[in-house]
Amino acid sequence: MIENIPENSFYAMAGVFVVLMIATLIQFLLSVKNPEKDYTELRQRITSWWWIIGLLFLFLAIGTTAAIVFFAFISFLALKEFLSIVPTRQADRNAVFWAYLSIPLQYYWVAMGWYGMFIIFIPVYMFLLVPMRMVLKGETDGFIKAAGTLHWSLMMTVFSVSHIAYLLVLPEKNISAGGMGLVLFLLFMTQFNDVSQYVWGKLFGKHKIIPRVSPNKTWEGFLGGLVTITVVAGVVAPYLTPMDQLQGYIAGILISISGFIGDVVISSVKRDLQIKDSGNLIPGHGGILDRLDSLIYTAPLFFHYIYYLYY
Amino acid sequence: MNRILKILFVALIVRPIILIVLGLNIRDRNKLPMKGPVIIAANHNSHLDTMVLFSLYPLSKVHKLRPIAAADYFLSNRFIAWFSLNVIGIIPISRSGANKNEIMFSACHEALDKGDIILLFPEGTRGEPEQTSKLKKGIYHLVKDRTDTQITPVVTHGLGRTLPKGEALFVPFNCDVVIGDKLPHTDSSNELLSLLSENFKNLLKDCLTYNQME
Repeated sequence: MIENIPENSFYAMAGVFVVLMIATLIQFLLSVKNPEKDYTELRQRITSWWWIIGLLFLFLAIGTTAAIVFFAFISFLALKEFLSIVPTRQADRNAVFWAYLSIPLQYYWVAMGWYGMFIIFIPVYMFLLVPMRMVLKGETDGFIKAAGTLHWSLMMTVFSVSHIAYLLVLPEKNISAGGMGLVLFLLFMTQFNDVSQYVWGKLFGKHKIIPRVSPNKTWEGFLGGLVTITVVAGVVAPYLTPMDQLQGYIAGILISISGFIGDVVISSVKRDLQIKDSGNLIPGHGGILDRLDSLIYTAPLFFHYIYYLYY
Repeated sequence: MNRILKILFVALIVRPIILIVLGLNIRDRNKLPMKGPVIIAANHNSHLDTMVLFSLYPLSKVHKLRPIAAADYFLSNRFIAWFSLNVIGIIPISRSGANKNEIMFSACHEALDKGDIILLFPEGTRGEPEQTSKLKKGIYHLVKDRTDTQITPVVTHGLGRTLPKGEALFVPFNCDVVIGDKLPHTDSSNELLSLLSENFKNLLKDCLTYNQME
């Protein structure tokens, strides 16, 4: 299994494990130093990270097909979670069922590397098919809203997320990192962007960006994250991707800005529904959409940036 | 034997389906009573309600769970009757009301005396998806003479979308389970039912899948 992992991707994974071990150690020291404080949420959060990263690396190491199935399952969980919190009509149960069926198909196009189908299946075919299935049922009350909701949920949780999987089947341009390198680069930069925006915001945050949606988001946090990710992405890009340093800087800017947007878009959805978390699948994080929020924006944008540059 | 069947059923069928295909948002799980005699009063939208409640208990306890179910429905054919009585472990009661309360409830009292956990759906029927129907008085008559038995209200939401009454197509949705505080003793059936329906209403507000726009 380990021999499936290209050299640079292997070192990247090892690096992530070292970061996690440091986080676990810090959390342990904190709870020993302040026994009166409750660190349950921090502990749960870190434990969940071990699980998420452990499972991701495991499936990446088993092989491309296993990893594609893994991302398909993530799409399923995310779509299910989204359709559960958003109002749907009882009459649309069949259409919702069709929406679920699009997941194995979409990831099948990924697995066979059929780019043309992968890129239009949900925006064109599902866009046309889902309302057709709804019409067959004949319920016209709330039709526009229901059709819009269903297609939007497919675009977010299936179309966007499947771009991560497609990175794995692109022809390899950086042999020492493989397709895996692109996935690791995207996931690491996106999640690290969340963390560094949070940390910069905690340290220096003063001026709120969009208080009505997300009162904790500040310009200081956003810009601090932007600079951090841009620098890190530029340094890491030549090792994990076909990009040179300059292209890596631009990828960092792209991921940092779009990650922020994804985060606040999902925040708006939750505000609209008046809920704090989208579920409680991942202890300490909330639901799966709470974790995927930034990726919904970064995955397709990073993919098309790479695709434009190299394919 | 029946205990093993029930454990296998819960471990191999109920739990995997609920974990992978359904998905639960559980709130206040620690309030779930682990020891009988106790009655869990839940709202009822789907056959999955019972399965979801089963999945919340450790396998060593599932044989203690006894859903009260309508005899006319669950004993209607031989296979379903065998399955309901021997695997699920239902306590069948007649819905027609022809029997006197004491006879009707004797099996329930027997179970409570053994320290079982009774699952009761006071609406009596699954009804319209995601709507709470009028509550029935039976639950009061069951507890009025028992000092050892309290009622824990539980609300589930979303199951009526996954598998509503009269539908065979299972559509995955996350569902909420919210467990409430034990109800205090009450002196009349009206008092109990209004307390219970108030509890159901409040617990429903904690459901992630519930919102007023529906």
